[in-house]
Amino acid sequence: MTLRALFRFLRGNKLTALGALVVLALFLLSAFASFFSPFDPEKIDVLARLAPPGTDGHVLGTDSLGRDVLSRLIHGSKVSLKVGFVAVGLSTLTGLLLGALAGYHGGLVDGIVMRFCDLMLCFPSMFLILAVIAILEPSIWNVMVVIGLTSWMGVARLARAEIMSLKNRDFVLAARALGASSARVIFVHLLPNAMAPVLVTATLGVAGAILTESSLSFLGLGVQPPTPTWGAMLTEGKDYLSRAWWLSFYPGLAILVTVLSYNILGEGLREALNPHARGELG
Amino acid sequence: MLAYAVKRLLMMIPSLLGITLVSFVVIHLAPGDPTDLATNLNPRATLAAKERLREIYGLDKPLPEQYWNWLVSLAKLDLGRSFAPDRRLVADKIKERLPVTLALNVFSLGIILVITFPLGLAAAVRAGGAFDKTSTVFVFICFAAPSFWLALLGMYFFGVKLGWLPISGMTSLNYERLSSWGKILDLSRHLLMPVVISSLGGLAGLSRYLRSNMLEILRQDYLTTARAKGLAERTVLWKHALRNALIPVITILGLSVPGLVGGSVIMESIYAIPGLGQLFYSAVMSRDYPVIMGGLVIGAVLTLVGNLLADLGYAVADPRVRDSAFK
Repeated sequence: MTLRALFRFLRGNKLTALGALVVLALFLLSAFASFFSPFDPEKIDVLARLAPPGTDGHVLGTDSLGRDVLSRLIHGSKVSLKVGFVAVGLSTLTGLLLGALAGYHGGLVDGIVMRFCDLMLCFPSMFLILAVIAILEPSIWNVMVVIGLTSWMGVARLARAEIMSLKNRDFVLAARALGASSARVIFVHLLPNAMAPVLVTATLGVAGAILTESSLSFLGLGVQPPTPTWGAMLTEGKDYLSRAWWLSFYPGLAILVTVLSYNILGEGLREALNPHARGELG
Repeated sequence: MLAYAVKRLLMMIPSLLGITLVSFVVIHLAPGDPTDLATNLNPRATLAAKERLREIYGLDKPLPEQYWNWLVSLAKLDLGRSFAPDRRLVADKIKERLPVTLALNVFSLGIILVITFPLGLAAAVRAGGAFDKTSTVFVFICFAAPSFWLALLGMYFFGVKLGWLPISGMTSLNYERLSSWGKILDLSRHLLMPVVISSLGGLAGLSRYLRSNMLEILRQDYLTTARAKGLAERTVLWKHALRNALIPVITILGLSVPGLVGGSVIMESIYAIPGLGQLFYSAVMSRDYPVIMGGLVIGAVLTLVGNLLADLGYAVADPRVRDSAFK
């Protein structure tokens, strides 16, 4: 798909374009968090605690320690994006590698990898993630690694299916006849063909990882304070629910908008890459 | 049918073994062990006391031996004793909490089905129309909204502001004195919010699936045949097309089990519902290894059972599968 075709698609799909725009905006927001934040996110001001939205330049109010909610939200986006991308990067790599191994070699390797894949799909991932995080310790790295290592199964199945359908095509046989190693055949000739569906899965995966990270932070098992994260802000606000609703409302809204945008973008990509849904075929 | 069911049951055994192995490995990933918590923080605990504690818990033996011992007792449905001060049997703890979680999830699945069927089908029949677009946006928002956020908002709005629904627990204080109808009413008032909120996240998957499935079917030749022989459009849609769109839904339901069981951790801890999720969460927080391991195994077994039921349901519903399965 060329860039021009992409723009044409986005013009026809306002919703996808909007999702892409929000995703882009979030990138900028987290990259220049300090520039966009009106206040220092960790600056405590007990005199201004629990100020409702709109007081003294605190657009979204202040929390129980008088810290500016908007600034904390903006800085919290860094954690969400970081976790989303690193976790998905890890799960995509793992999935591609295992899927490629299984699809290319078939037989016993395929059997073992796919049984393992089925096994991992049996566990309620929240149980598995919680258990690992609690046994190691809650930190941003552990959260990213655990989310990544419990969500590679979809990509593995995709990569495997794609490679199995391609590995006996002429261009692959030609590459092998010319003496290319299996690694070269897999990475140079086979995997690039699986990129489109993997891209869709990865985009949706970022949404899932962000949601999981915020659940973990909400349960107190995510990134530890004082780093602001959306999930942890929600937990802190929970005790002030009837006095200061904005403490829990805005972080949740931030999570919703972010996850929604990634999902819309992912679904849009799926549509753009699938000729059936685009109406060009069938 | 029976032979097929038995065959599927036997096929579960290797998966079960795999599940126990993964659970065991996960628990023993970390350096250190649960006795650290009791001894390192206690200045009066001696090294000898720590060793004795490890011996009591069976943590002094080599890992393969620990795994084997655990597996042997698991075969006798014994999941060991909790590390918590009450030292109760893990199996008992799980047994008293499992029905609560199962009930919650069955009700949620029911709500998901009741809402997604009309939603997905209507969206497919008028694909690209206003209803299709609104319902798509709606289910996507439900999917993206964090359940704990919705739960908090619900507690604030329906519980605190309007005072319509209780905000936590499963029963009121005077539950024991209520009549049986009163008990049912009390239970449903407590469970309404958690059940509805945990079902919202599941709407998107099923309704989108139904929609695309139905779209695929609407293109099929046999529908043209049905129309060509003069059947009413309603018969074509609701009989010929719908039946085929429904069959794969059974599989999707089976696949949604792990998500629902996992989600119960959050719902049950927010609403203080004494179910499996809450048990698991408190076990995780206190590093109660036997309970964590029991929870992992039970959670995965629930999924296996869900998949088994789905396969059997599939075989009953689809004549093509039925014929090959029961021959």
